[in-house]
Amino acid sequence: MVYENPDGVKIGLEVHVQLNRLNTKLFCGCSTDYHNDEPNTHVCPVCLGLPGSLPVINERAVEFAIKIGLALNCEIVGQTQFHRKNYYYPDLPKGFQTTQYDYPIASRGKIVIEGEDGERIIRVTRAHMEEDPGRLQHIGTIEKSKGTLINYNRSGMTLIEIVSEPDMRSPKEARRYLDKLRSILDYLDVFNGDLEGAMRVDANVSVFNGERVEVKNISSFKGAERALLYEIMRQKNHVRRGGKIVLETRHFDEARGVTISMRTKEEEHDYRYFPEPDLVPMRVADRVPGILKALPELPDAKRERFISQYGIADMHARALTTEIRVANFYEEVASQVDPKTAAVWVADILKGELNYRDIGIDAFTVEDIVTVIGLVKEDKITEQSGVQIIRTVLDEGGRPQDIVVSKGLLKVEDDIVAKAVEEAVAESPEAVADYLAGKEKSLNFIVGKVMQKTKGRADAREARERVLARISK
Amino acid sequence: MITKEKVGHIGWLARIEIEEKESDAYAEKLNSVLDYFGQLDEVDTQGVAPTYHVMDIVNVFRKDEVRESMPQDVVLANTGHKQEGNFKAPRIM
Ligand SMILES: [Zn+2]
Repeated sequence: MVYENPDGVKIGLEVHVQLNRLNTKLFCGCSTDYHNDEPNTHVCPVCLGLPGSLPVINERAVEFAIKIGLALNCEIVGQTQFHRKNYYYPDLPKGFQTTQYDYPIASRGKIVIEGEDGERIIRVTRAHMEEDPGRLQHIGTIEKSKGTLINYNRSGMTLIEIVSEPDMRSPKEARRYLDKLRSILDYLDVFNGDLEGAMRVDANVSVFNGERVEVKNISSFKGAERALLYEIMRQKNHVRRGGKIVLETRHFDEARGVTISMRTKEEEHDYRYFPEPDLVPMRVADRVPGILKALPELPDAKRERFISQYGIADMHARALTTEIRVANFYEEVASQVDPKTAAVWVADILKGELNYRDIGIDAFTVEDIVTVIGLVKEDKITEQSGVQIIRTVLDEGGRPQDIVVSKGLLKVEDDIVAKAVEEAVAESPEAVADYLAGKEKSLNFIVGKVMQKTKGRADAREARERVLARISK
Repeated sequence: MITKEKVGHIGWLARIEIEEKESDAYAEKLNSVLDYFGQLDEVDTQGVAPTYHVMDIVNVFRKDEVRESMPQDVVLANTGHKQEGNFKAPRIM
């Protein structure tokens, strides 16, 4: 079946990824660990663009870029160099951005995503290196702002800009592309996606195969899907009302969930690129084989291996390999208990509870899930009790083996209490009659008997409830 | 060919105010530079490898090792436009 796209929706994405796992910025030795620090405390003459300063490229940044390019199935260019992209804006103190222009380090790759009807290939046009500009903060609202505050701590951070072809057909596909990209980058350990500004998205959107509109400043994945849904709806409505879509740049207003025309003048796109004279060219072809060899197993390969090695369902394999930490967690569990059972507990149950609470796999230990699975497997607790234990560990802390006891979840215990209640009620016909006649206190006599029979192991309140339930039957 | 209008545009991009009477002079000078490049274009460069950079060296790298940054007060020392550790610019649309 060919996926139908009657509205001719085409989406291309430009994703800026900040390589915050590097120790230093792209062209200087300033630390990348600035997120909790005062403004303008991670800057030097190079990243401030002071006269006479000389940028020198971070070797590891280049290796990271090659690693990313290879993971995205790109070709790595033999010789590359940086260019100056001139534009006048206070987020760049130099008046230009150092970026790669005609020889991006990686080009012509692809990312495979799950489309509406099976796998779809999204072509990656290029992935190039550039420096991040500083951060601007408007004093008050943009409309009534009295000025702009500039913090250059971010200025000079290494960015990889990953540009796709307009191959996505819906906001959902765009979201899947972004999720897959993040997953791959997580595997490569080149960035921490949880840090502010680690991934930023610009999108090109067109409908009915018309002109494309660029939507800028999308700061989250959720935001990307919302921005695209809005923009597609806006364009379709505009065309239906007889309007014409013009080439323009729009800004996504996250708070209101709408895109706004930026009315940028055409002239501003006149960047006057020229080769960066302060940085010499790079010849990196000889590094490619080594980096390729050291590339970790990536999500798609891992998924296939999980299916064949552990015999688990594709759905489970997918859920388990999206995040590298979850994949590693699962493999540890699967080495100790039946892999199929482990897949159900980790992918369906544990991940569900974690997602519900919006926390990561680090909140749980392999040891604890193995304990829970073991208890269920040995028929000591019910599956439902297992889930209850996981919830208790996540919400209140504690160890599963203690929670089992404190909550009286052991099936054996349960049987003992049930039997004691049965006996106590049968042995106390008078007390039962008294209670039913309105003498509430006589219930205590029966509960006391239950406690006696279980040698105090039953929970008194629970015993009381059970006796009550038994009598009123 | 660089016209007076082009000079104005280039000036706008560079945020340089160019007065009407200066435009003609700049256009003339820039055109003579362009002429010179036109002459260079006529040179036969068949079989000559392109020069990526004026210096014939490649791969000058730096290890990913942290060096001390500048103290905030030094960073902001040369500007009167500052607020709470930030540089302060006029309102940006
Ligand atoms: Zn610096």
